[in-house]
Amino acid sequence: MRGGEAIIESLKKMGVETIFGYPGGQTIPFYDMLYDADIDHILVRHEQAAAHAADGFARASGEVGVCLATSGPGATNLVTGIATAFMDSSPIVAITGQVPTHLIGNDAFQEADIMGITMPITKHSFQPKDPDLIPSIVKSSFEIAASGRPGPVLIDVPKEIQEGELSGFDDNLIQTPGYNPTLKGNIRQIKKAIELIKKSDKPLILVGAGVIIANASNELEEFANLINAPVMTSLLGKGAIDETSDLSLGMLGMHGRKVSNDSVNQCDLLIAIGVRFSDRTTGKIDSFVPDSKVIHIDIDPAEIGKNVEVDLPIVGDANDILKSLNKLLKGHKTSDNVNKWTKCIIERKHLLMPRVSYDDIPLKPQTVIKEISEVLTADSILTTDVGQNQMWAAHFYNTQKPRKFISSGGLGTMGFGFPAAIGAKVACPEDVVVSINGDGGFLMTCQELATICDYDIPVIAIVLENRTLGMVYQWQNLLYDERYSQTKLGKSPDFVKLAESFGIDAVKVEKSGETKQALKTAIKDNNPILINVVIDPNEFLPMLPPGAGINEMIGEYKLEKDVI
Amino acid sequence: MEKYHIISTLVENKPGVLQKVAGLFTRRGFNIDGITVGQSEVDGLARMVIRVSADEKILEQVTKQLNKLVDVIKIKDITEISVKRELCLIKVDIRDEKARSEIIQYVDIFRGNIVDVTEETLIIEITGDVNKIDALISLLKGYGIKKISRTGLTAMARGV
Repeated sequence: MRGGEAIIESLKKMGVETIFGYPGGQTIPFYDMLYDADIDHILVRHEQAAAHAADGFARASGEVGVCLATSGPGATNLVTGIATAFMDSSPIVAITGQVPTHLIGNDAFQEADIMGITMPITKHSFQPKDPDLIPSIVKSSFEIAASGRPGPVLIDVPKEIQEGELSGFDDNLIQTPGYNPTLKGNIRQIKKAIELIKKSDKPLILVGAGVIIANASNELEEFANLINAPVMTSLLGKGAIDETSDLSLGMLGMHGRKVSNDSVNQCDLLIAIGVRFSDRTTGKIDSFVPDSKVIHIDIDPAEIGKNVEVDLPIVGDANDILKSLNKLLKGHKTSDNVNKWTKCIIERKHLLMPRVSYDDIPLKPQTVIKEISEVLTADSILTTDVGQNQMWAAHFYNTQKPRKFISSGGLGTMGFGFPAAIGAKVACPEDVVVSINGDGGFLMTCQELATICDYDIPVIAIVLENRTLGMVYQWQNLLYDERYSQTKLGKSPDFVKLAESFGIDAVKVEKSGETKQALKTAIKDNNPILINVVIDPNEFLPMLPPGAGINEMIGEYKLEKDVI
Repeated sequence: MEKYHIISTLVENKPGVLQKVAGLFTRRGFNIDGITVGQSEVDGLARMVIRVSADEKILEQVTKQLNKLVDVIKIKDITEISVKRELCLIKVDIRDEKARSEIIQYVDIFRGNIVDVTEETLIIEITGDVNKIDALISLLKGYGIKKISRTGLTAMARGV
């Protein structure tokens, strides 16, 4: 068995069925061995898309996504995708070709120190110097990528190692004694948390992606009901709780739901689970929950106390800790004060429902998201790009299940949404997968229309066209005296013709009701399709200006109740 | 309050580990005052002694972030409980005969060694804590120091 075959064998042993990649000079041996292998390979049209697709695959399935690129420029094209996965704790394994070992350091053709370049954005990386080590390295990479706080792992394989013969297939040659993530919560801390919860009159729960990664949504629901506390989420926490349920308030943060942003500083106990208190979630940190106790449950000890002062940390897996909490809370009767507080907040939530019903032309993005919501089901997967399209989706779309809302949160990577949808669709072929994009970000990875056409991957790509780089445009409107520096997209392509030239059906939408109709048809036909929706460029979500506290939003918060 | 800490770290003795540790400090904006690395008592493991200036909160982050590196096995803050030493080589000008004898006396007082002699220069080897080395360097400055080479601080916790 040769090194490349060992990679394929090891991937299969890890349960991998599909990888996303793009060949090149230093991966020719590997691709030759892949030719006869029974593992699916999806040829993307740019390596960045391979990394995003692997990431989307991982987020939709909870399993490790795999992407592959050649050395040098192939590897550096993965960098944005690896960084995206790193910031959002998504388990991917990126395999890169490397120039032969004897040429490393010689500035050989297509040589780049990808180990060095990706050091700050990978959880770990390997470069096998001996083909015998490949099975162990692949196994360790998968373990490290998926366990603890997940993240990307890079395997950089010099060309001659891909071709070299193994003396035997042994995947236990590498130990990682320095890697011991804490999974089980400390029971003393958990008991202290119970005391704090019992003392609290005004509890609130804030959840992030950690709950989704830990597959702890059922446990969260039970916990929230046991203590009768409303639940807010970070952007990436969307779907950890059914957002149509009573206790769900929606997203907290810079573009959060008003009820969440208003309520958070009024609680006397904030129970934060699997969330890292990003600046986009908390607003100005000094005025974030200044008077409440904070319990922080997270698997990464480095997140405790990093941004927000914590009264009670519990390090461990959210699933395990929530199970323990629920067990200890069995039969717990919530106090009248808690019930009153929660009832009051839920009433406020209904009063503060954002307005989504409009008949305007050009279309309001709210209406578009509303129509998408009406067609999609709890099992449909929505991926977003980055910018206004992302915030509209996050704000107005109710995610009902975990792993059904996929978005680049930490890094905020434009061009992520569409290729991530490809990965999600490959992971969950039975589920409807829709990606919402802006006309700016879509152009960054629109070459993947060729991929979905080639492999007949029925992803529905929605392009919201407002001819602006909307998020920056919005800041310039609200905070920079309407000086629109480089945010107007003068001549945009005709997205319908663009899609058609790739062999993808496309439809243009300009009136209300048409998005819904186009989506319904697309789902029925089960074909890849692009829906180009022309929207109002001057519709903005309220926002926290930089440096403002969480309850100091600017811009008009339009309410649904006003129109009824 | 910001003060210096000495962190003793057991790491995998592999290429790239020093880069990972140093890179982590740069990326997170931690101030690294000094770092020494060498083979430890265990085969395949190296010990890094890192001197860092930080307040308690930053120190906690440094420790936790270091712990997250897969190649890092163990971390301990040994600031208060350790023997601290640095080695320094100093080349001085001895062309002036009077200076030469004075320098040799200083070296004796500081329990240093003279490890190389030519007609024009001496190399002095001195070990000790940072203050002791600083003191000798400051005394020798008047005689014309030609070169200084310091190892940076290494340290070891006292007792078992």
